Amino acid sequence: MAEKVKKVKIPRHDMPCQDPQVRAHNFEEVALGYTQETAVEEAKRCLQCKDPKCREGCPVEVLIPDFIKKVAEEDFLEAGKVLKVKNSLPAVCGRVCPQETQCEIKCILGKKGDPVAIGRLERFVADYDIKFGEAKFEKPEPTGKRVAIIGGGPSGLACAGDLAKAGHAVTIFEALHVAGGVLMYGIPQFRLPKEIVQTEITNLKQMGVEILTNQVVGKITSVDELMANGYDAVFIGTGAGLPYFMNIPGENLNGVYSANEFLTRTNLMKGYKFPDYVTPVKVGKSVAVLGAGNVAMDSARTALRLGAENVYIIYRRSRNEMPARNEELEHAEEEGIQFHLLTNPVSIEGDERGWVKSMTCLRYELGEPDASGRRAPVAIPGSEYVLPMDTVVVAIGQGPNPLVTKSTPGLDLNKRGNIVADEDTLMTSKPGVFAGGDIVTGAATVILAMGAGKKAAGAIDQYLKAK
Amino acid sequence: MYRVVKKRLLAPVIALLEVHAPAVAAKVEPGQFIIVRVDEFGERVPLTVMDFDREKGTITIVVQDVGYSSSLICAMNEGDKFQDFVGPLGVATDIENYGTVVCVGGGLGNAPIYPIARALKAAGNHVITVIGSRTADLLILEEELTEVSNELVIATNDGSKGVKGFVTDGLAHVLSQGHDVKVIWAIGPMVMMKAVVEYTRPLGIKTIVSMNPIMVDGTGMCGACRISVGNETKFACVDGPEFDGHLVDFDLAMKRVAFYKDEENRAKARLECDHEGGHH
Repeated sequence: MAEKVKKVKIPRHDMPCQDPQVRAHNFEEVALGYTQETAVEEAKRCLQCKDPKCREGCPVEVLIPDFIKKVAEEDFLEAGKVLKVKNSLPAVCGRVCPQETQCEIKCILGKKGDPVAIGRLERFVADYDIKFGEAKFEKPEPTGKRVAIIGGGPSGLACAGDLAKAGHAVTIFEALHVAGGVLMYGIPQFRLPKEIVQTEITNLKQMGVEILTNQVVGKITSVDELMANGYDAVFIGTGAGLPYFMNIPGENLNGVYSANEFLTRTNLMKGYKFPDYVTPVKVGKSVAVLGAGNVAMDSARTALRLGAENVYIIYRRSRNEMPARNEELEHAEEEGIQFHLLTNPVSIEGDERGWVKSMTCLRYELGEPDASGRRAPVAIPGSEYVLPMDTVVVAIGQGPNPLVTKSTPGLDLNKRGNIVADEDTLMTSKPGVFAGGDIVTGAATVILAMGAGKKAAGAIDQYLKAK
Repeated sequence: MYRVVKKRLLAPVIALLEVHAPAVAAKVEPGQFIIVRVDEFGERVPLTVMDFDREKGTITIVVQDVGYSSSLICAMNEGDKFQDFVGPLGVATDIENYGTVVCVGGGLGNAPIYPIARALKAAGNHVITVIGSRTADLLILEEELTEVSNELVIATNDGSKGVKGFVTDGLAHVLSQGHDVKVIWAIGPMVMMKAVVEYTRPLGIKTIVSMNPIMVDGTGMCGACRISVGNETKFACVDGPEFDGHLVDFDLAMKRVAFYKDEENRAKARLECDHEGGHH
């Protein structure tokens, strides 16, 4: 009895972070990770519930209490093994999953206090495993079946990992020059070091997954060709790679980037190391980021690190409606990002060279609740104001890239261009062709895409066994 | 893979490279482009395809040394390998039998116009090709283009070869002969394509141009290559690179292509400094 009371009293351990004033000017990782002592202390807070609700909140059903128990016992390598049973990219998930709305929100400790810091423990264990663990993988009996995976992002990687474990020969077709998808081109170095992503991908290769880069499916080959060339099944995980723009005047001026372009130049092409890396990216003094999701926060914080003095988040609704994770919002605020809420851009103005000079914004107020139950923002007439501006990053969302879908006859799409897939098996209208992640759901999170990749892997395995 | 199997200097600063890329060569069609990266520090550079050989599995590109990456590419030799070589990208030229067509190539534009002229001729068109350059020394692929054209007209700005003047003067020469020209393809520097388009606009002859704006991924993911066509924003990498020239906003396109001039100069200057044995 006394033991239990003591457990609850240990407060949740904060994540040590780089000082905001310092980190706002470098691309080093913001969160520094738990020490062994902190991890063990935090792990001891876990009540080891008989019927753990946290697992239900995880899209890939990580054996949460089990790996945390091993941490509490200071058996970190064993914790890593347990973690990897369900999750092939734990070092990524420990960094970018929205745990607060998935596993941690279900934690029983959260009812009266703070939940166990599951995400931070996951990261600690995964990092420990990368450093000290042996990447030993016992190759299963080959099934003789071949699966093509289109897209080397989170859903494709997760799908590949599980299929390889089941003994299938897996080939990933990646359009860019490096696999990882949004983990490489989108999420910044300071939130997810690219070395970590590549380590996890190397692990997949050691499991026998073949990764072909520079393969734009829809151009160099097609789904039908892959099926005709000996692949027994295909998984499409091409993500949400088509940037939306606002359609306001001035959007084609020099200095207006889609978030995809801005982040790709900085992360994938390492533009922050120009001219050692030759792809340039420039921000000037003042940067406006349109939107308030995680991609917007990443863009704003990247702009700051590239040397911008004023970085604004421009968002039509109020703080409560901002879709970004709380942690990202807080980090952005600490670093000095300026929030212009209930504000919408009207136009972007340029100079004689065609470069961004200023942006005109309109103020809004909250009106009656709309169909979604949120109070709809209503424009305040005559409230326009002009901000001097050098760069505008449009981060209002992405749609499905049509290169694969357009080149695949017989593949059913919804009216937004997303692939229609069976809810349980993720099989599409084409037999043997499965799809998951953002290309099916529209832009969502890394972990949901990974969950879809795992789910599809299970269904593909069943499909191949029945064939 | 992606090994340079043949190199030929077409002019003092213009190199032709034949690159081993069998999967790309199997699929590429005239009008499409590829993206290369020289090494792991390099930019993704879009280049229009000049030729392809499906049997040998090669793609031929032509590059002019105008900046940092292009100078590295021009310095590559037989046996050297590209880090990355992606394609085919973009939409292929719409090849059919139109009747009489004119292919206009300016400067480096002679390279991408070559496979288009060849395919148009093979489709039964009467192909009149107009090529031009500043001076005779910089005129490339004359022999190759002669082979795939029914008629060839040359224009040089200094009059050192053919008609003295611009390709528009060469085009005027062709049109004055009373040909019933159905479609014109014009590929070259932005100013040249604009001049051709302005020349043919009042004549009402359909004129197709190939846009080569700044790109990053080349698959429609980043939107760097957006141009305005008929007041609509298009992505040159997936919607093009060919567009109806009379609808393209060239002024905007020219401003956009100049955005990184300073950075380009900085990178190039550093490269030259390195070559002279300087330090970073």
